[in-house]
Amino acid sequence: MGGNDAGARAADARPGERVVGIVLVSHSAAVAASVAELALGLAAGGAPAPIAAAGGTEGGGLGTSSELISVAAARVDRGAGVAVLTDLGSAVLTVKALLAEGDELPEATRLVDAPFVEGAIAALVTASTGADLDAVATAATEAYDYRKV
Amino acid sequence: MLDSEFFRRWMSATAVSVDREAASLTALDSPIGDADHGSNMQRGFLAVVTTLDKEPPAAPGAVLVLAGRQLISTVGGASGPLYGTLLRRTGKALGDADEVSEADLAAALRTGVDAVATLGGAAPGDKTMLDALLPAVDALGDGGSFAAARAAADAGAEATTPMLARKGRASYLGERSIGHQDPGATSSALLIAALADAAGSGASGE
Repeated sequence: MGGNDAGARAADARPGERVVGIVLVSHSAAVAASVAELALGLAAGGAPAPIAAAGGTEGGGLGTSSELISVAAARVDRGAGVAVLTDLGSAVLTVKALLAEGDELPEATRLVDAPFVEGAIAALVTASTGADLDAVATAATEAYDYRKV
Repeated sequence: MLDSEFFRRWMSATAVSVDREAASLTALDSPIGDADHGSNMQRGFLAVVTTLDKEPPAAPGAVLVLAGRQLISTVGGASGPLYGTLLRRTGKALGDADEVSEADLAAALRTGVDAVATLGGAAPGDKTMLDALLPAVDALGDGGSFAAARAAADAGAEATTPMLARKGRASYLGERSIGHQDPGATSSALLIAALADAAGSGASGE
């Protein structure tokens, strides 16, 4: 499945190297996995930073799972911070609640305010250059400014 | 004084009423939400009761912190982090005392409700759970009774019917959100009613 594929890419990516990891949280497993796959495809050219999808509930339904988010964040953590991008509603609120817990996510995990698809691509491309968490978050947030019309 | 047994009774009573009202909560969530509020709350509070039965904490604050944590990890929708934050922050505000006074609970609950407002970014009148919870903590403050809090929460939930939703999925519906009682405010009224039941100061059941 796409979700497992994105998870495997996360586990393999740049072991031992201090690079920012990316977690994509959507209400849908398919959306999270597909956006991860799209970002990986567009970031091609060098070794991509680790990215993991945390979509849907553990039972495979639509919704948000705090467990899947925690697991995904641990998977992509290479010690340089983790940027979390979400779609909406419970995805946003669950990540905020986990951050408030203090010990559920790796140190220097940040919820980044960014459009989900464009932000994911900007975040992964930037993280893959070895940029720090501030730069990754800024790049993802700036994706809001790419007007289409 | 209120001990951990009281707080476990409160959580059990909430689980029972959420279970009983699951279908009607989901019915309220159908026209303006994604029709899963009843089943989400049912799943969350079942997990709360199961966990509290398995490893009952000794202190009132710890009961609510554990309950909140279960809600965040099992509900799956926005009500998970919102109710989870409400109970966790209330529990943390109670600290690790073996017993707490009603005034302690009133103050802690206000801390929890404020945390929900911060997390969700909602204000009174936005047609959310806050419209039931804020009147309830106001009624409970200044030496008010649990029965008064229950009446205030019920009235607050009913008052959401003519409101225009400004938060969550219902906000996308604009004017069409008007005329439906908010499911989150309704389940919040159940939580406060269960508190009154646990204290034996409200008409139970019904």
